[in-house]
Amino acid sequence: MCLGIPMKVVSKKGDKAEVRSDKTARQIGIGLLKDIRVGDYVIVHAGFAIEKVDEKRAKETLDIIKEISL
Amino acid sequence: MSKILLAHGSGGKLTHDLIKNVILKKYGNTILRNLSDAAVFELKKAGRLAFTTDSFVVDPVIFEGGDIGKLSVCGTVNDLAVSGAVPLYISCSLIIEEGLDKALLSRIIDSMAKEAKAAGVLIITGDTKVVERGNADKIFINTSGIGIVRYKKPISTDRIKAGDKIVINGTIADHGISVLLAREELGFKGGVKSDCASLHRLILTVLKKCSNVKFMRDPTRGGLATTMNEIASGMPFGIRLFEENIPLNESTKAACELLGLDPLYIGNEGKVVMILPEKEAGRAVAAMRSHRLGRRARIIGEVTSDYAGRVIVRTRVGGERIADMLSKEALPRIC
Amino acid sequence: MRYVDEYRDLKLAGRLSRKIKDFAGREERSYKFMEVCGTHTNTFFRFGLKSLLPENVRLISGPGCPVCVTDTPYIDNAILLARSKDVIIVTFGDMLKVPGGSSSLYEERSEGRDIRIVYSTLDALNIAVQNPSKKVIFLAVGFETTSPTVALAALEAKNKKIKNFFIYSAHKLIPPAMKALLKDKDARIDGFMLPAHVSTIIGADAYGFLRKARIPGVISGFEPLDMMQGVLMLIRQLKADEARIEIQYNRVVKKRGNTRAQRILDKVFTVSDADWRGLGTIPRSGLKLRREFGDLDAERHFRIKRVSRATGQRYCLCAEILKGKNSPEECRHFAKACTPEGPKGPCMVSSEGSCSIHYKYGAGR
Repeated sequence: MCLGIPMKVVSKKGDKAEVRSDKTARQIGIGLLKDIRVGDYVIVHAGFAIEKVDEKRAKETLDIIKEISL
Repeated sequence: MSKILLAHGSGGKLTHDLIKNVILKKYGNTILRNLSDAAVFELKKAGRLAFTTDSFVVDPVIFEGGDIGKLSVCGTVNDLAVSGAVPLYISCSLIIEEGLDKALLSRIIDSMAKEAKAAGVLIITGDTKVVERGNADKIFINTSGIGIVRYKKPISTDRIKAGDKIVINGTIADHGISVLLAREELGFKGGVKSDCASLHRLILTVLKKCSNVKFMRDPTRGGLATTMNEIASGMPFGIRLFEENIPLNESTKAACELLGLDPLYIGNEGKVVMILPEKEAGRAVAAMRSHRLGRRARIIGEVTSDYAGRVIVRTRVGGERIADMLSKEALPRIC
Repeated sequence: MRYVDEYRDLKLAGRLSRKIKDFAGREERSYKFMEVCGTHTNTFFRFGLKSLLPENVRLISGPGCPVCVTDTPYIDNAILLARSKDVIIVTFGDMLKVPGGSSSLYEERSEGRDIRIVYSTLDALNIAVQNPSKKVIFLAVGFETTSPTVALAALEAKNKKIKNFFIYSAHKLIPPAMKALLKDKDARIDGFMLPAHVSTIIGADAYGFLRKARIPGVISGFEPLDMMQGVLMLIRQLKADEARIEIQYNRVVKKRGNTRAQRILDKVFTVSDADWRGLGTIPRSGLKLRREFGDLDAERHFRIKRVSRATGQRYCLCAEILKGKNSPEECRHFAKACTPEGPKGPCMVSSEGSCSIHYKYGAGR
């Protein structure tokens, strides 16, 4: 039920945006977030962006996993 | 008059016009042109024959990479081909919903004719019925087909043994995802093309190089996992698939994630799975790759002596799990 | 796929697996963690993570499948609505097969009722706009991840004065359900793997009650490496005798959550008691529309009677399974009288239910 997929914002207009994952695109609502920019990755759940993905932290998590599993 | 009317199926003048102007024009061949009650033909030195039938009810009728017409030819051609047969003749029965656009019908018939021509099969008999609006969904097509089996060894699950390899001719799940994305109500804009294709030439290429192909099947409804279960079920061997070796288009993978679907359970219309001895597997892959429809062919699994009757997937993170038959209608799982 | 494939890396998973085995596998004690959310359960089985963990580390599924915990009276009411004139029922796919008292929406659809599946609440709203002569009722199920999206649709319906759109809320809240589980002394849970996307909305601070109960919690992402790291973090806390709320999924989840979404949710919905299939009535664990949104409220418009059935059904072990006391294989009906084709208990109904997931991935057979 709580499936959410990271997708890239390719355009936006008002409280709607077009997001894309590879070649699949969909219009979603972005009313739950402020300051969404084209190029951002957002978590899409049931046709809405529920949060932005923080690129820096995403990388840090992977670095930590690499480190602790050494 | 741009719509199909009930009278088009009444057997009267409109029926004759439809058959003459739309169907015969496109499927023209000497056997069909007789318009006799049954097609009469000769099979020289036939030996073993293969005979199959299939009905096509896909919704929507047009999707990226194909339509119900092309599908109805490929599906029957492939059922013959995986039985080791060279497809020769097919039949075509149309059940049309009253009110269908003639232009759409024409496009579908066109596409059947084109695919049949490309595949080298003749449509030699057929039927057309029209039902009241609401009693069918646009158009349903039934095709049956006949082919000659020339391959010497029997294609049978009885010959499968532990150590045999499993080979596929390319990416999975493209067809099912393409159809789902074409459904407007889901609101997706797709970039996934159906793999719908006639496979008999690719299969013949492999059969020429490999004399010991034990089993073949086209993993259509229910996808690869379901087909593998059909093969293993009740047998003294198990099947192990290696997830990271199973070819998957990036765009199909993305759409699967989005819809919450497992590509192993999504249908294909241009894929064949072959089971053959280890020493022929490499040759089969090479033969497939020499054909346009097999560029991404790979060995995707093996037959095992453990897990008898079951299908095991070695997942992309190195875990192991059982892949059962598809047990529910594959609804897009937003939940 | 970006932010997906990186967290499914074969080499890293193997290394993490060895690390967890070295770290905890040789110990006498066992670890029993509950993953609250069905999406975690799905990842765990789909990627075969069980085979990557040592035998003394167990993950059990909690009540986090909103379709599973939707109770029978709600389904029966939805069916009654579907049978009334000029109505379109709109819902998420998994709701169709949930059994009511004597029918299901799936059976009703085959009888010709207009029941449609959507991907998003916005699609439901569009159906209302396109069918002005029909009353469109959205069956709103889901936890805190989903309810803000419904709240936005309610606001949009109000702003655009869409008069034929109605919401029948069965929304539920995760923290009250967890608190109810903790009251049960038999359910010995060493730590919680907390849901990724519910927490995205409510934030890590919403789990303060765990600290008081001295139980560690980690908010993990839904990818396999996220879950494995989450398990390692839980074991670390237990070894250090700590009980903190950690955020493994910090590329998305914040301490205070998505405050804008929380405000929107609060504008439209108010907290109410709710009936959970299998768990009974849990105080202040559900959401109903505020009075200002009464025009959109299906319960009010269609005068739906709220029938509370405090007891869960006794047919199977679902209640115990939802509480993490039993595993699906321990139920005598599992894979026998109760299968995904003919589900008897709620956990078999939804593809996110723990029985259904165990069945699909062949556990115990």
